[in-house]
Amino acid sequence: MTIRRGETLLLTVGIPVTLLLFFSLTHVTTNPGGPRVDFVAPGILALCVLSTSLVALSIATGFERSSGVLRRLWVTPLGQRRLIGAKIAGVLVTEVIQIVVLSLVALTLTWRPRGGPAGVAEVALALVLGTAGCAGIGLALAGRLRAEVNLAASNGLYLVLLLLSGIVVPLTSLPSALRRVVIALPSGAMAQSLHLVLGHGVAPTGADWLSLGLWAVAAPLLAARTFRFD
Amino acid sequence: MSYAVDVNQLEVAFGDLRAIEDVTVHVNYGEVVALLGPNGAGKTTLVETLLGFRAPSAGTVRLHGLNPTRDHREVVARTGALLQRGGVWAPMSPRDVLRLSASYYEAPRGIEELIALLALGGCARTPWRRLSGGEQQRTLLALALLGRPRALVLDEPTTAVDPEGRQVIRDIITTERERGCALLITTHELDEAERLADRLVVLHRGRVLIQGTLEELAGEPEMIVQTSGPIDPAGLAAVLGCSVTAENPLELRCAVESNPERIAKVTNYLASLGLSMVSLRTRASLEERYLELLGDERNGARR
Repeated sequence: MTIRRGETLLLTVGIPVTLLLFFSLTHVTTNPGGPRVDFVAPGILALCVLSTSLVALSIATGFERSSGVLRRLWVTPLGQRRLIGAKIAGVLVTEVIQIVVLSLVALTLTWRPRGGPAGVAEVALALVLGTAGCAGIGLALAGRLRAEVNLAASNGLYLVLLLLSGIVVPLTSLPSALRRVVIALPSGAMAQSLHLVLGHGVAPTGADWLSLGLWAVAAPLLAARTFRFD
Repeated sequence: MSYAVDVNQLEVAFGDLRAIEDVTVHVNYGEVVALLGPNGAGKTTLVETLLGFRAPSAGTVRLHGLNPTRDHREVVARTGALLQRGGVWAPMSPRDVLRLSASYYEAPRGIEELIALLALGGCARTPWRRLSGGEQQRTLLALALLGRPRALVLDEPTTAVDPEGRQVIRDIITTERERGCALLITTHELDEAERLADRLVVLHRGRVLIQGTLEELAGEPEMIVQTSGPIDPAGLAAVLGCSVTAENPLELRCAVESNPERIAKVTNYLASLGLSMVSLRTRASLEERYLELLGDERNGARR
């Protein structure tokens, strides 16, 4: 279903690949050092999680709610758990495809990820926790707002988080007070973790794990408590 | 006695607004109950409460003896529902969505059997967004039947459906009743209710105005005589020995049961006045009775 929808394909693959190429090949943002792609690629991987698990999931779910699809599913034995499980599985499959495509594009741009085997596990954990946190926020929005309002809110949030999460703009370019806020955001903590592991071969900080962990638990719980099928 | 649908002294409030108040309704297995009422009467709120979309503010709701909020999964596994504003993913065809939805049930009905039953063969591969209103409604009904339900809750099942489609839906309602399924149907269409239901429940402003069989709702027996010209009701009252009221100059309601002797008396009386009987009905139609009830209720509310 995701692959069939043109706008979702654009959001999940088209925009991240374009941003990867654009920020790697131009000099519109400051570069914390080394080849530009080494900074840009981890950020774009975090962006993929943000676009798929928050924006695409939220918009699709919001329209399923407004078109009565969720109302109808409510009166079948599918159940909330299996529905959310299916949605998470769809998000994870999409993210794996995104990560493979973007990694291949980044590698052709001479990206040299660091971190080794331990880094792979840390990256995977950060992506999973980031996915849970972002999906929770996306479902919380979709489960309460009207579809059109949710569309605007999700896209607005995407833009704000894109600029304020150290994804394409390095954290070092932001005021120090703002940096603390960035780490408190699930996308910020995730982007910071990926930058540390893949860009510097260093493990994420305790603050990153704490932020990711809290969002991964709190946001889905909030969504589960507030979500309406009708 | 264990009812399929058992609603007792139900109250549903949205903030200060009581959408449903002191409603008691039961549906037996093998029975069709039609829920009637004007817009805003609370029909859809009652249906949504039955299906666990919202919890009662007071009173109890049970389907198959189960609580639809607490035991939601077991309730919907045994209950088919056709909702207003219930949708399907736009690119999916009736066959696609039936196939997917069949995976939610332990022992679903055959997809091809349902496609044939609901006369969906001609549009089985057509995406949902290109189906007509009637085809969409029949697809939703096929989905409601998928899990071999013991109860069906159908919210306005014949709305936007063409006459051919209506007949298909009526046949299914009859078959399901014969199979022992309990059916609760909301409708605005009184002739549908008259044709299909064993019992009727009229809701008004969130309360049950009246409920019973068609005969019970029709009230006392009466002869409704339409004449070819205006006559004095008092003259006919004297002939029949009962009270006669004029609905309009050409229609008289006689508070007496119809029989051949009385029909002959009316015919002779009219003939003596140089008139004839245009039509004779033995009781008011459901629509007349319904409008009368709502009119009484509104007048009562004004007083």
